[in-house]
Amino acid sequence: MKMLVKRYKFFLVLIVINIVIYALYPTIGQRSINITWSNTVEMLSVIPPIFILLGLLDVWVQRETMIKLMGEKSGILGILIAFFLGSAAAGPLYAAFPMAGVLLKKGSKFSNVLIFIGAWSTTKIPMLLFEASALGWMFMITRFVINIPGIILIAYITEKLLNPNEKQYIFDSAGR
Amino acid sequence: MFTILMYIVAFGFLILSFIKDKSKTSAALKKAWKSFENILPQFLAILVIIGIMLAVLSPEVISGLIGEKSGWLGMLMASVVGSVTLIPGFVAFPLASALLESGAGFRQIAVFISTLMMVGIVTIPLEIQYFGKKAAILRNSFAFVFSFLVAIAIGVVLR
Repeated sequence: MKMLVKRYKFFLVLIVINIVIYALYPTIGQRSINITWSNTVEMLSVIPPIFILLGLLDVWVQRETMIKLMGEKSGILGILIAFFLGSAAAGPLYAAFPMAGVLLKKGSKFSNVLIFIGAWSTTKIPMLLFEASALGWMFMITRFVINIPGIILIAYITEKLLNPNEKQYIFDSAGR
Repeated sequence: MFTILMYIVAFGFLILSFIKDKSKTSAALKKAWKSFENILPQFLAILVIIGIMLAVLSPEVISGLIGEKSGWLGMLMASVVGSVTLIPGFVAFPLASALLESGAGFRQIAVFISTLMMVGIVTIPLEIQYFGKKAAILRNSFAFVFSFLVAIAIGVVLR
């Protein structure tokens, strides 16, 4: 019980803050509760398949296979797979981090995991269609065309700026 | 629609996995639950923060912040709002389109959309947990700067 309170303490503090807001500014407080609730429902409906796939990936895909597909020497194939995995997903970006953790644990190259995160954040297929219909095809295509090299560049530079110890630490904590 | 596809794929693999190896399948489900339970506190915290934030930063307030301001100041404002908020796409795109109609420029909207998607101040503690402090901060900083490059390109293409 005590453990539970400790783990959720930040969440509980936020709930209290929300209640205080509700007491002081009922309209904002009510709106906040409504938004939180609808986002929670949204999250819970989107998230189960992500975690099931994560579990299956962890159990079935051999480390050696993952290293071959997305590891240090995977080259262009690794980049393509990272883009595909990220773009084919559905769900908020924060749901991508546990998946990224499993990819790291299995021996993916760090830059490929960052590409996966980049693709998940910006080149998700349903989002692209939505963007095109709301802001026009030119807007979407221009952004898409720049985003592809941009995501790769950000991934490579970020990896380059980490020293071997820092990278090792990331891989070690993903293994836990 | 897409979510349904995800369910079909996930359950398809799950059934396949179950047919091939029951114990591995139950290990996978345990792993799925453990990973979820592990970050549930952070997830819930993020959801409440988003709720409070969006209640204060309602579409009208965001319009006021980005809407009329143009040029670099407008872009800067859009980038800050985009970085700190976390709005799902189905809300963000109609909002962006409404902002365009109310007079915001394409560049401001491009910065807003790009930072919204790539930069996550609210989720940075979670990101640090998986990537470490340095990598998380670097990734977000680069994404922030990159959003301006996207905006400049959008400004050139859509005149």
